[in-house]
Amino acid sequence: MKPRAAPEAAPLAPAPAVDEAEFDRLREIARRIRVEVIRSVDHAKGGHIGGPLSAAELLAALFFRVLRIRPEEPDWPDRDRFVFSKGHSAIGLYAAMALRGYFPVAELLTFDAADSRLQGHPDMTRLPGLDMSTGSLGMGLSAGVGMALGARLLGRELRTYVMLGDGECQEGQVWEAAFVASRYGLDRLVAVVDHNRLQQYGWQGTGPEHRLPPHRPGELAGKWRAFGWRVLELDGHDVAAILGAFEKAQRSDGRPTVLIADTVKGRGVSFMEDKFFWHTRILKPEEFVQAMSELGEPVEAVGAR
Amino acid sequence: MTLPMGRPMREVFGETVSDLADEDPRIVVLDGDLGSSTKADIFQARHPERFLQMGIAEQNMLGVAAGIATMGLIPFISTFVSFAVVRPLDQIRVLIAQPGLNVKITAGYAGLFTGMAGKSHQVVDDISIMRAMPGMVTVSPADDVEAAAVIRYAAVHEGPIYVRLVRDATQRLFDESYRFEFGRAVVVREGRDVTLISTGAQTPRVVDAAELLAAEGIDAHVVHVPTIKPLDEEAIVTAAARTGFVITVEEHTVLGGLGGAVAETLADRRPTRVKRLGIQDAFGESAPNDALLEMFGLSAARVADQVRGLLGAA
Repeated sequence: MKPRAAPEAAPLAPAPAVDEAEFDRLREIARRIRVEVIRSVDHAKGGHIGGPLSAAELLAALFFRVLRIRPEEPDWPDRDRFVFSKGHSAIGLYAAMALRGYFPVAELLTFDAADSRLQGHPDMTRLPGLDMSTGSLGMGLSAGVGMALGARLLGRELRTYVMLGDGECQEGQVWEAAFVASRYGLDRLVAVVDHNRLQQYGWQGTGPEHRLPPHRPGELAGKWRAFGWRVLELDGHDVAAILGAFEKAQRSDGRPTVLIADTVKGRGVSFMEDKFFWHTRILKPEEFVQAMSELGEPVEAVGAR
Repeated sequence: MTLPMGRPMREVFGETVSDLADEDPRIVVLDGDLGSSTKADIFQARHPERFLQMGIAEQNMLGVAAGIATMGLIPFISTFVSFAVVRPLDQIRVLIAQPGLNVKITAGYAGLFTGMAGKSHQVVDDISIMRAMPGMVTVSPADDVEAAAVIRYAAVHEGPIYVRLVRDATQRLFDESYRFEFGRAVVVREGRDVTLISTGAQTPRVVDAAELLAAEGIDAHVVHVPTIKPLDEEAIVTAAARTGFVITVEEHTVLGGLGGAVAETLADRRPTRVKRLGIQDAFGESAPNDALLEMFGLSAARVADQVRGLLGAA
């Protein structure tokens, strides 16, 4: 079986205007992130699927609109910092970075391979452009707090963004970090919770295929509020809502801000949506074809299996 | 004959890191609500804007230090060994050691002396844990003079480093002319009959034990190992060859610490008879410092007794 190479494309540059055309552009980027996630995980014969798919619009908005970054100069000192705390969804991050021009899209097919820069969880010693290594859940926000405190001490205007999973918010360290962030009034720190309401295995609900959400409905926002954060709840697949929330987050009210983005795990592929067991799973050949088809990827790009 | 007392390493820590910060604007101190115990309060008084109170939340504190280090600042962590190493161990592993970030874990209350706090605060296995971690450096100074030098070194060391500091005043081994060399062991007494190897505040007690033994005609060779990782293997091999019998002594478990490192080295490079003295797979307890040293066989007199017994049995 020969690897299916990803179609090479010029990096998509951020566009200035926020209008329907910009929303369409971000939707298309999110679609391509999903396509590359499915292609890469299928090629690697392993990897996380559900979490990267739920985060696609959020990652598209961050990397193509929100973050002040220079893919050609990944160590630019004044760049905004981004910590991907839900590190198991690394392939989603890698897809967004590749599309943004950090490295060739074709390199995504090295995901999980020996000597790859694209490790199963993000490794900042391997891949330029990663601001922190993550993988052990619950740690990223602490690193983000350190970056925001460091930026403040250094008098830098940059912002720090941290993306977490909702299951990850069961870790105590998240709340240690949330407490300290609000204690220091880190108003240039923005957390984004990919609230897809499923964790890897979780608590069983009405039957073997049904799982209860990591936090009871409405509870997660209340927890962040109790820790002194400004909470913005939104539809994490609505690019206009996402941009609006990030825009609001950039207007300081003296507190750190968390976006609780309601999403669907496995979003974009009908048979994966809201199914906890698609957290990680190897696709059968017919599942791969159907997934690509549903994502609107031309049949010829799918290639022969 | 007995070595004099020095100053508490914790005071030396507070003063030295403050002095360093006078010269280097990148230095910051993170405190886990123990500044009045670890003497990070000295730093707060001198550099309030660079003193970051992290509260009683050590897993977060280590992670914040990692984030701060990525910004080009130099964070010093200040809390007890129990909360600087054992509690946030996975944070050290994933956020500091794996990325190789420039975080200084300068932990107080190393060893048995915890103001009688007892076993919850006495970490007997921190050397074993930290030396086993890839990418981590472990340094255990002997006295206040060496502690100051090690803290100064930590600031210029590129990458993560773990420094063990003792709470209370301990004996002074070195004078002000001493120059700490990272990764190098130091012969602190020349002898022919047996090689004693020690680290941290135990070394001065071993030197005193060697003097007790000298009065009985036993001429001990004493090596101090401040840097446990990377270990000065050449010095260990040379010291072993000198007498053919090595006894390690540490205020720490005998499993995997200095004794383990020495035994591994000699097994690989120059098989030599080795005996490991120290805490024999046990936790500590609350007691006055002298009582603890007696209890675990670490006072000068008890070390001399054990060495004498081992030589008699040889």
